[in-house]
Amino acid sequence: MAATPEVTDTTFDADVMKSDLPVLVDFWAPWCGPCRMVAPIVEELGEEYAGRVNFYKMNTDENPAVPSQYGIRSIPSLLIFKGGELKGTIVGFRPKSDLKKRLEEAIA
Amino acid sequence: MTADRPETYDIAVIGAGGAGLTAALYGARARRRTVVFERLMTGGQIATTELVENYPGFPEGINGTDFALNLLQQVERFGAELRHEDVQAIRPRPEGPFHIETSEGAYDAHAVIATAGADYNKLGVPGEDEFIGRGVSYCATCDAAFFQDQEVVVVGGGDAAFDEALYTTRYASKVWLVHRRETFRASGLLQERVFANAKIEIIRNTVVERIVGADMVEGAELRNVQSGEVRTLPVGAVFIFIGQTPNSHLLKGLVELDEGGHAHVDLRMRTKVPGLFVAGDVRIQAARQLVSACGDGATAALAAETYLAELGIGEG
Repeated sequence: MAATPEVTDTTFDADVMKSDLPVLVDFWAPWCGPCRMVAPIVEELGEEYAGRVNFYKMNTDENPAVPSQYGIRSIPSLLIFKGGELKGTIVGFRPKSDLKKRLEEAIA
Repeated sequence: MTADRPETYDIAVIGAGGAGLTAALYGARARRRTVVFERLMTGGQIATTELVENYPGFPEGINGTDFALNLLQQVERFGAELRHEDVQAIRPRPEGPFHIETSEGAYDAHAVIATAGADYNKLGVPGEDEFIGRGVSYCATCDAAFFQDQEVVVVGGGDAAFDEALYTTRYASKVWLVHRRETFRASGLLQERVFANAKIEIIRNTVVERIVGADMVEGAELRNVQSGEVRTLPVGAVFIFIGQTPNSHLLKGLVELDEGGHAHVDLRMRTKVPGLFVAGDVRIQAARQLVSACGDGATAALAAETYLAELGIGEG
């Protein structure tokens, strides 16, 4: 399974805000157990939605600006963007079926 | 991926915590076609535990996430499958395998081992749901770092609350440990560490009545259950560890449950339904330890193997 690519404070604007496709960003950190557990599920979704949604992960330890801008106080948090706008926020570990439902709603 | 599968599994395990993954390990090593369904997090409760210090054989302790990922790797090495699907019904058939319905499809399995564990309890107070992800947390190891140099509240009196209170002291300027009773259930060693920690102040006989704030958590309103005194602590976060409730809703109507929702089993983890086994925190009288959950999983898988052999299913 392909690892989800990283996005950083520097590349966020180009990769996420200016993306033609909707984007899901997985905010995580190495010390967060549930983040490490959600990663393979995000990878599975990345394959299922290939060509429809771009998937990135952002390390909140290394990138303070974007997490702060979006008020992230809990990880894992999955944020969904479309046309440069925040369309959905999923806080904490949710079942994969819920993630798909929320993703579908956000990109509709 | 979502299609109904024509093949029948020998063993379906529901829940990929310590009990479920160990059951799958034993099932796969018995060369049984084994699947594990997990609704949420691989590892279950252990995946959010920073350091497991009481699993035998790890003198320095082991990170709970590492433990779970190692166990998953071990299980997959022997051929068991993990599916991120939410099991919605287990239907025994008078003749033939169990029918299992999930969020993604339907499957058949000759034996079912239910190890769905337990979910953390909520306080059920105003502000709790509203501020999830904005200061209310059920995982200090995930979120404590976002509250650097702030004061925080930790609620609870058991091992989880004490562990997580100690963890939050790495970041918080002060930790208020709020417990509704006078005494604690946490182990003696954890109590010693908490009492010795200068950053932790203990508030006994007190409940959280309300979590307040504008955009983020700004305070916790507390009430002393003896004096009735109410006060609001200005804190940036409230971490909640007040026990769990077993995930036995799938077993309702199938097996006998006690008042707390725990399933009755015998010493081999068998229920009254032939071929249906229950192991780990969801069974009666569980010790609720990683080591006993894993032991339960092994016991259930061995009993399932006996059951399958007696049915004459898929031998050799």
